[in-house]
Amino acid sequence: MHIVVDLNRCQGYAQCVFLTHEVFRLSGDEALTYEPNPDDARRLQVQRAAAACPVQAIVIGRLDGAERSERS
Amino acid sequence: MTLSATLAELVRDFKANGRIVVVGASLAGLRAAETLRGEGFAGSLTIIGDEPYEPYDRPPLSKQVLKGWVPADHTQLPRFRELDADWRLGVAATGLDRATRQVRLADGEQVPFDRLLIATGTRARQWPNPAEAALDGVFSLRSRDDAARLRQALADGPSRVLVIGAGFIGSEVASICRDLDIPVTVAERGPAPLVGALGGVIGEIAAQMQRDHGVDLRCGVGVLSLEGDAGGHVRRARLSDGTTIEADVVLASLGSIRNVEWLEGAGLAAGFWGVGCDAGGRAFDINGVATDTIYVAGDVARAPHVLYEYQFLAMEHWDNAVFGAEVAAHNMVSLEPDYYPHLLLPGFWSGQFGVNIKSVGVPPFGDEIVFMQGSVEERRFAAAYGRNGRIVAAVTFDHGKWLEYYARLIEQSAPFPPPPPGWDRPDVMMPIPAQFPEPGVPTAVPDVVLTGHDPNERRAEFRPRSR
Repeated sequence: MHIVVDLNRCQGYAQCVFLTHEVFRLSGDEALTYEPNPDDARRLQVQRAAAACPVQAIVIGRLDGAERSERS
Repeated sequence: MTLSATLAELVRDFKANGRIVVVGASLAGLRAAETLRGEGFAGSLTIIGDEPYEPYDRPPLSKQVLKGWVPADHTQLPRFRELDADWRLGVAATGLDRATRQVRLADGEQVPFDRLLIATGTRARQWPNPAEAALDGVFSLRSRDDAARLRQALADGPSRVLVIGAGFIGSEVASICRDLDIPVTVAERGPAPLVGALGGVIGEIAAQMQRDHGVDLRCGVGVLSLEGDAGGHVRRARLSDGTTIEADVVLASLGSIRNVEWLEGAGLAAGFWGVGCDAGGRAFDINGVATDTIYVAGDVARAPHVLYEYQFLAMEHWDNAVFGAEVAAHNMVSLEPDYYPHLLLPGFWSGQFGVNIKSVGVPPFGDEIVFMQGSVEERRFAAAYGRNGRIVAAVTFDHGKWLEYYARLIEQSAPFPPPPPGWDRPDVMMPIPAQFPEPGVPTAVPDVVLTGHDPNERRAEFRPRSR
């Protein structure tokens, strides 16, 4: 799956880190880093993390793999 | 049929049968394409990108990718809708013919368009000596391939990394080196790191932060030359203060160059600072006249900004690519008065040395700075930048939750120094000079730049006055 975190929006509440530390990590107290293409097996966890984000900074792609077939 | 009904019919026909070409297949190009489809554009959509990869996100490259946590190919951007686009990846656009409305590709093909979006972004400035730049172990960092190569070099356990240029990329890479326990020297021509973007007061704090983390930071020095061994691998650098640095990995983080060369001769307002456009993304021609068919978005765009005396503003920021693309795409399939303006308050972030540095507004537009909240010693604080008695920007170190407060003040052109929020105030709250370098002082170019009022820097055609 493909995700992106709007780090302008992120304020380091770190709810995602508590829920899915395999995908989201803090560097220090506030700087978030993350795995942009997590394994599909973590989809539910990542969706929960996105739902829990107080500023709704985590965006999950709505297509996965479908676009590849478009390439010319 | 009335004129407005005819125009509406034309737009309907264009949305059904028109041809749109997007040059640039990164964040701005992708989001523009998605917006076009979302706005009901059902015509042919071609996306041209010089890299062979589907659109990917660049900010992770200098952070989690270099650190080795995330592979470079795990940076594909999420997609939000089917595009039904004709992707031309791995082939650069090399020319634009406005008369025949065609984009020329590196493989010789001509791609016709009715409307064009220019989203070609920037590239990393390379080490200026080509022979030295070609040495093994000399890197720049902009693309996915760059990041993969540099990551491999760091994983091989270099004896020392030399970072040339202490802007955001250079500082982030130095931070990763220290995380990996790799000795690192940073050579910066200016008086401190980040000085072009945030000024000397904040730069001094960043300098101390680097040194506290074990970075061998050398400011006010240039790198004169790089020297390799018999095998063609870089071994040392000679500095302008007469010293030499032994290093087997060198990162040239010298800022970026806007990708406008392919527009040579097209008669657009394209130059060093990018392609001039109005706040709705419509490109200016070299005479400063807005075109109707060519739009610009992302790092390569520069547009007048209402908050900053209508000076052209060039922003190499992530959300500028997203919002600029959405606005340009909307306007490409809309008619006045339904145009959107791209009036973004600039904002960026940088994670380095365990601190989250964030900013809103245009710090170099200010000449004074005042610390508003928190503690410089503990490296968690908020500071505001002012000019002529109004707030124009703010920066936070691990104080991101407060940034919106300052953003609202900046949008309102509130007085400077602004009223402090909260209780956590520093002892001294006096505005002091922000210490931005004078124009012409060599340092890294900040990634948000006010570029004056000229639509372009090349030969406009002046009409003779008729008497």
